[in-house]
Amino acid sequence: MTAAELDAVRLSLSVALRSVLVSLPFAVLVAWLLTRRKLRGKLLLDVLVHLPLVLPPVVVGYLLLLVFGVRGPIGQWLDEAFGVQLIFTTGGAALATAVMSFPLVVRAIRLSLEGIDRGLEDAARTLGAGAWDRFFTITLPLMLPGILAGSVIAFAAGLGEFGAVITFASNIPGETRTLPLALYTALQTPGGETLAARLAGISIALGLMGLVAAELIARRMHTALGR
Amino acid sequence: MFKIRTTVRREHFTLEVSIEMANPGVLALFGHSGCGKTTLVNIIAGLLKAEESYVEIDGVVLENTAAKVYVQAEQRRIGYVFQDARLFPHFSVAGNLSYGLRRARADTPRMSFDSVVSLLGLERVLERRPHQLSGGERQRVALGRALLSQPRVLLLDEPLASLDAARREEVLPYLERLRDELSIPIIYVSHQFEEVLRLATHVALMADGRSTAQGPLETLSLHPQLRSIVGPEGIGAVLVGLVEAADEQTGLAAVRIGENILKVNLRGIRPGARVRIHLLARDVILATMRPEALSVRNILQGTISRIGADDSDTDLVYVDLGGARVLARVTRAASIALALRVGMPVWVLVKSVSIRGHAYVSNTPDRE
Repeated sequence: MTAAELDAVRLSLSVALRSVLVSLPFAVLVAWLLTRRKLRGKLLLDVLVHLPLVLPPVVVGYLLLLVFGVRGPIGQWLDEAFGVQLIFTTGGAALATAVMSFPLVVRAIRLSLEGIDRGLEDAARTLGAGAWDRFFTITLPLMLPGILAGSVIAFAAGLGEFGAVITFASNIPGETRTLPLALYTALQTPGGETLAARLAGISIALGLMGLVAAELIARRMHTALGR
Repeated sequence: MFKIRTTVRREHFTLEVSIEMANPGVLALFGHSGCGKTTLVNIIAGLLKAEESYVEIDGVVLENTAAKVYVQAEQRRIGYVFQDARLFPHFSVAGNLSYGLRRARADTPRMSFDSVVSLLGLERVLERRPHQLSGGERQRVALGRALLSQPRVLLLDEPLASLDAARREEVLPYLERLRDELSIPIIYVSHQFEEVLRLATHVALMADGRSTAQGPLETLSLHPQLRSIVGPEGIGAVLVGLVEAADEQTGLAAVRIGENILKVNLRGIRPGARVRIHLLARDVILATMRPEALSVRNILQGTISRIGADDSDTDLVYVDLGGARVLARVTRAASIALALRVGMPVWVLVKSVSIRGHAYVSNTPDRE
């Protein structure tokens, strides 16, 4: 692989990994709220979470620009308080990717949460476990298959996020030019067909590896939980 | 000691219960499925909130709506064994057992890990995962887990209901052992009279969300309310007696009940043991003269103390046998033909083979 290709692969992996790390805690919280809590505006929350699935990614990127841009409400605060800028940075690419894959993670976690027998939490309660104790010793471990499955899928999908990233974080070599952006750039460049083909091949290989890993992890978890 | 009063009102269901039991033992909550037994135990455990409730166990008030006292479930120290075991699938048996133990307050270690493991015969399954256990083993682990949380009371919600007959027979001796060897009071929910008969010392009857009668099992076995639950075939006197002699050759044990000796088909029991026997009303025959040359082993003399109509064709006749009272179910036709009336002396005939007897205190077999 050439230095540019390596850069793109490294960036893609880093962006995808960071996006998963950013979205996981929120995804667990939202999944838990949606399955376990009776709250007003549940439908609204549900719809909001799933919006990135149906919106054009460019729209998501645009909305992120409005909120996290230098003059956006959160972007401005981050800049003034911490000197952190998200647009045109790897961090920004990770944020855009996280928002796009968020519904996938929430779905996977929610599914596993719905499959947990709530009676187990009641049992833990009668055995003296308080709310946090129950969450960390019973609920969270039993959610693990969903969390892992969701993470792997989000990671694999994150490797290929294009529209939201290019809109929000732009296409800067070594900073935000991930695999799909590099591929797109190669196609736009005269004589870039060979590079494009190689990048496409790498993308396919990474995607396949992600899916196989997801399957293997799922099997192992099921054996561990005896299902 | 328990004192439980509670009221729950739901759209299609009302629960109004008042139960008191002075001395520890096994209190059976007995009633049809859907009469509110599980709702009641969930209230006792603190998993369900009632509109009005007073729950006192062992002198500690866990819930008193009037005084705004409400102890959270995790603070109640109630050992709840659920119908479906509810073992944690991601822990081994040992991990499940110590879950409650690790969270119990250190100042009250009544039960040690090893003693519970040996009491329930779990030595060989400690490393297994719940899905590798049989149904009976699962319930035993659930029992152990509850015991190790150092509870004030054990709450057993139909722990045998999900098991087949053979597995039930495997778990029952362990429950008898808990009753006889530990001093923890037990609330046992069941709709099987057979289980109540083997385990309970006291019974609270429940019907349609109400507690209708309560008392020692022997007293309650003659209660008309019980008939509506066990049906005409299941009703009969429960008596406690002392084994005076046991003949291993004939398999007949002589059991003293009040002034009488009953011969009961019962093996593997030693003289001096206390047994509880169930005389089904349908198996008791009445005669106005002492019969001769019969295969029946038990012919006892008594006096009719009460006659009540059971249904349109049959009567329930209560007979006092010096210190004990039995119940006979006879057809109205027979009742008229023999001119049965209160105060009349009668002979009570019971076949030894139709008496079901259970060791009552200790004398439980060691298995495994």
